[in-house]
Amino acid sequence: MTALRERAMVSPQAVPALPKHVRIQYDPVRQAFAVLSPENVFWPNEISLEILRRCDGHSPIDRIVADLTREYNAPEEDVAADVNAFLQEWSDKLLVKL
Amino acid sequence: MSAPLLPPIGMLAELTHRCPLQCPYCSNPTELLKANRELDTETWLALFDQAADLGVLQVHLSGGEPTLRRDLEQLVSGLSRRGVYTNLITAGVGIAEGRIEALAKAGLDHLQLSFQGARAATTARIGNLQGSHEKKLETARRARAAGLPLTINAPIHRHNIEEVPEFIELALSLGAERLEIANVQYAGWALVNRDALMPDRASVERQAEIVEAARERLTGIMNIDFVPPDYFATYPKPCMGGWARDAFMVAPDGTVLPCHAAQTIPSLTFEQFGSRTLAEIWADSPAFNAFRGTDWMLEPCRSCERREIDWGGCRCQAMAIAGDAAATDPACIKSPLHARMTAVATSGRPAGDVAPGDEGFVYRRIGADPQQTSPAPLKPDPALTA
Repeated sequence: MTALRERAMVSPQAVPALPKHVRIQYDPVRQAFAVLSPENVFWPNEISLEILRRCDGHSPIDRIVADLTREYNAPEEDVAADVNAFLQEWSDKLLVKL
Repeated sequence: MSAPLLPPIGMLAELTHRCPLQCPYCSNPTELLKANRELDTETWLALFDQAADLGVLQVHLSGGEPTLRRDLEQLVSGLSRRGVYTNLITAGVGIAEGRIEALAKAGLDHLQLSFQGARAATTARIGNLQGSHEKKLETARRARAAGLPLTINAPIHRHNIEEVPEFIELALSLGAERLEIANVQYAGWALVNRDALMPDRASVERQAEIVEAARERLTGIMNIDFVPPDYFATYPKPCMGGWARDAFMVAPDGTVLPCHAAQTIPSLTFEQFGSRTLAEIWADSPAFNAFRGTDWMLEPCRSCERREIDWGGCRCQAMAIAGDAAATDPACIKSPLHARMTAVATSGRPAGDVAPGDEGFVYRRIGADPQQTSPAPLKPDPALTA
């Protein structure tokens, strides 16, 4: 195996960021936020967009979870489960760096 | 049944048909355009502006070999200013020192590099250019050094299908984020060379297992996209995501097309950018509306529960094999020609059964239009159509 990378796994201390080949952009034609990547364009829902916006390369996952828990006034374990599942999936597709 | 017309998301810009390689499965038309037919810089930039206004979010800059355009940096920069995601699709040979860095600086978002083989000898033989493999490795290295994300594209056929495990290793060793294992689509030059390129079923099945296992093993390390071969399929692919549904392409002379091979459908005429705006062509061109949505479909497509999954498959394949662009794509098990298409595929020799130099390729060259050597459409079986 000559891979230059290893699979990244979510953890409370992991600091997610968008890689260089992924960007979030407002599309004035469709009046929605789009996530642009090499082959695909994604149209994230509100909560996905809130998570992705916090993938700034500075905030660890536990802080993102605390932040969203406050904002949505939701149980922290539910928010943590959603955020972890989402970020693991996006990291596995190389759309988020952990 | 007609869905509302949506704005296009993606555009493939074939900037030129010139190319240092001569791959016998090239997706360009067999009638290639010379340099004097190419749009100039100003026209491409105006076209890109209109594309961005229309809602295009991603532009794939392709060819031929797009880096042969000396104005490529200007074109990338024009798209980048409009926030359009740019993907350069290159063969990666003959790119001058400093150019990749200049493209990255101009705002290029991503680079897709083709490898004709995982081994140097295969790459040289398929593209008909000695030393090309080493140059591609150098392009990959420079792209990484310039911080560009990288996709390796491997077009698969009989002469390299056994190299699939090596393609995976190659892409990993180059640090690619993505690998496309793309079985050749038999249109254009690939249709001319179909008999020389068609893999055998055992190799196709082995390939699918290898790719599936690698995808699992490489989760989170490298994405592998797999384009399966139509001739061994049960259902057709949603070609271009549906005819004129969310993407289109532009030929080097500014002809606006729903897909690569659309010009092989003789009943359609296509419009050129400049005679009308891109928005007018997208919305009103009779060629774009000919197979848009599902209203044009005949049976068995019309009442098929998959009609909005595969959108009837590939119109050009229907034209080439059934002799009718509105027919069901013969890749579909519901097509009356499906069994005969499978028979064409399974008459192929096993992989590796051909001595090097004896492939019988008609290499892709400007000025050499081999259209008359394309296989004729299959005649409908009278028993099935009576």
